[in-house]
Amino acid sequence: MTPTHANRTLGWTGIKRGHKARTLEWLAEKFIFVVSLSAIVMVFLIFLFVAREALPVALGRMSSVKAVKAIPPEEIGRLSQAELMEYLDLTPAQFKAMPQEALKDLMAVKVEAAAEAPKDKDAALNTTTWSAMLKPYQWSGYDKPEYIWQPVSQIQKYNLVPLFIGSLKATLVALLFGVPLALGAAIYVSQLASPKTKEWLKPAIELLAGIPSVVLGFFGLIVLASFFQSITGSDSRLNAFVAGIALGLAVIPVVFSIAEDALTSVPRAYTQGALALGASKWNAAWKIVLPAAIPGVFAAVVLGFGRAIGETMVVLMASGNASIVSWNLFDSTRTMTATIAAELAETVFGGHHYRILFLIGALLFLVTFLSNLLADVVIHRLKNRLEGKPA
Amino acid sequence: MTNNLATPPKPGYEPGLTRRRRWKLLLAKQETVPWRFESTSARLDSKFFTGLTGFATVLILAILAVILGNILVNGWPGISWRFLTAGTEKDMFDVDKAGILPMIFGTAARVILMTIFVIPIGVITAVYLTEYAHATSIFTRVIRGAVNNLAGVPSIVFGLFGLGFFINFIGRNMDKFLRPGAAEPLWGQPAILWASLTLAVMTLPVVIVATEEALRAIPLGLREASLALGATKLETIVKIVVPQAMPGILTGGILAVSRAAGEVAPILFTGAAYFMASLPKSLTDQFMDLGYHIFILSTQSPNVEKTRPILFATVLALILLTLTLNIVAIFVRARMRRRMRALH
Repeated sequence: MTPTHANRTLGWTGIKRGHKARTLEWLAEKFIFVVSLSAIVMVFLIFLFVAREALPVALGRMSSVKAVKAIPPEEIGRLSQAELMEYLDLTPAQFKAMPQEALKDLMAVKVEAAAEAPKDKDAALNTTTWSAMLKPYQWSGYDKPEYIWQPVSQIQKYNLVPLFIGSLKATLVALLFGVPLALGAAIYVSQLASPKTKEWLKPAIELLAGIPSVVLGFFGLIVLASFFQSITGSDSRLNAFVAGIALGLAVIPVVFSIAEDALTSVPRAYTQGALALGASKWNAAWKIVLPAAIPGVFAAVVLGFGRAIGETMVVLMASGNASIVSWNLFDSTRTMTATIAAELAETVFGGHHYRILFLIGALLFLVTFLSNLLADVVIHRLKNRLEGKPA
Repeated sequence: MTNNLATPPKPGYEPGLTRRRRWKLLLAKQETVPWRFESTSARLDSKFFTGLTGFATVLILAILAVILGNILVNGWPGISWRFLTAGTEKDMFDVDKAGILPMIFGTAARVILMTIFVIPIGVITAVYLTEYAHATSIFTRVIRGAVNNLAGVPSIVFGLFGLGFFINFIGRNMDKFLRPGAAEPLWGQPAILWASLTLAVMTLPVVIVATEEALRAIPLGLREASLALGATKLETIVKIVVPQAMPGILTGGILAVSRAAGEVAPILFTGAAYFMASLPKSLTDQFMDLGYHIFILSTQSPNVEKTRPILFATVLALILLTLTLNIVAIFVRARMRRRMRALH
């Protein structure tokens, strides 16, 4: 086997020249090592701090119960000190500092609040539990159990299912539109185009990655939306389809460059062998190179999925942002990412809405983490196989 | 592919012909010598699919051209010296008075600040991965996995991370220890510093990957020559390897800047302001941003039709910024590759 680059550099990476004699050399090496851990530390910190804010909700420690138990001020003598403290949400120090009259006033305020609080059965429901976030519930005024995301209303409804469906719809459209185009282009550029054409085609397509997502969102919102409405005549101008197509434009460069890399990394000998046996260029590409590189193509699609589901500005601007449970592509949709972007600024710091948005963020992180991990492992195995090493 | 072997011989292939005679027959019929034993349908397939994949390529380029062309045509009339250098004191939706200087300043300031954080860390990590780490060790694998993973984290999650870590954790604790008793938080609130740090974390993989590529392209002979002259490993890296890799590091920096300049999601909660009367003066100020301004103009405008010219002009300004940076990066990289090929 010819020495690969990795084998050759092993000699250099093992060199410890000056290592023992000079403290500086040793210190510098340790310093470089510690700094290089930053990527690992960052991935860890991202999960830690996003999950930290979401933890109270994830563990079911928060409550959004709106119904207030009221005790008239005259009955103050009936409660023990501890009960009274808990009832009025006071710390022991505050409690000691307050005269009897002030406590009675506070209780009067509570009674008023109770009078204003909604009375129906929904008000007694804690909407931040996992079952309220995932299962349908029959709200008063509705004739059947439904999934509802409605965080700004008298009774906040935090069902995540409409957001999951929204994200999946937009992602599905993006992948159905983007992946075939990107893969076709990857096969053409890596296998069929002449080397000269390839030299400018590749950077030209990758230029698409240089268009910021807010510009793609703008393009979807201003140009694509009107264009598709004039064709399909759908009721809502902004919908999952428009967002999905704009999202597909963000997915194309990701899928293209990974798939193109995988196809190019298949040794030239495979193609040459096929051509020598009389296959055409297309046959060599389709029947020899593509099967050899198929794990890389799979990884490209997985990474494209991660990109699509995590993209924010495009869907925030072009999807219409109505949280409806519907599989119709031409209905307005609200995705997980757009929900975080649109609502976080208006939440109370540390409140349940704030924490549930962080929970959605943590879920997004987990989904993309797993898809990245899968893609990483698959690409690594493919590389080893093509270099003739055991997996 | 080879099913024609079973079919009866074509003219010119009948057994018993001399080789000379066969050639003459073939040439007389103006038929090329059949090097490739393919049926006609396979050749048609081949043509069809080559065309199809070529079409996909052309379609992508056409979409790119349509987007850029549309923005250029609609945005160009709105670009003027006044537009680029005026502030937004009057009304940010007023077509005749609004300018984008504060946004250009904010975007430039946050990406420059970001490069100060991201380049050293990215370059050092890449140096470790190529010069010190053994390519096969499990540890290197984990670092690489982390870098790839970091590249795939959704940008909105970076925004949440910036809020949860930089502002709520670091910023608040700084307030607690540096300015105990102060009523107003100074560090524990959205600021240009936190936005830049968040973006630095996000663009770390870009810098690492570009630098690594540049370092790997440097021939081993250069390192060996330096060692042979008595330099230590660190001296070799600092004085020979890294300077040689400068164009690659530059490419990484440019790509990181171009990526960060267009990102809006990570700065939504970490520093971007809807409106500010003056330019940011310190690290703890908020800032107005080009990308965020596009979002505001296209979704919050009181009259979308009327503000259309400044919207398109702002988009054009951002696109020019990011695409120019991208194209510069492509050229620097191409030049570097040519030079490296000459070195080998």
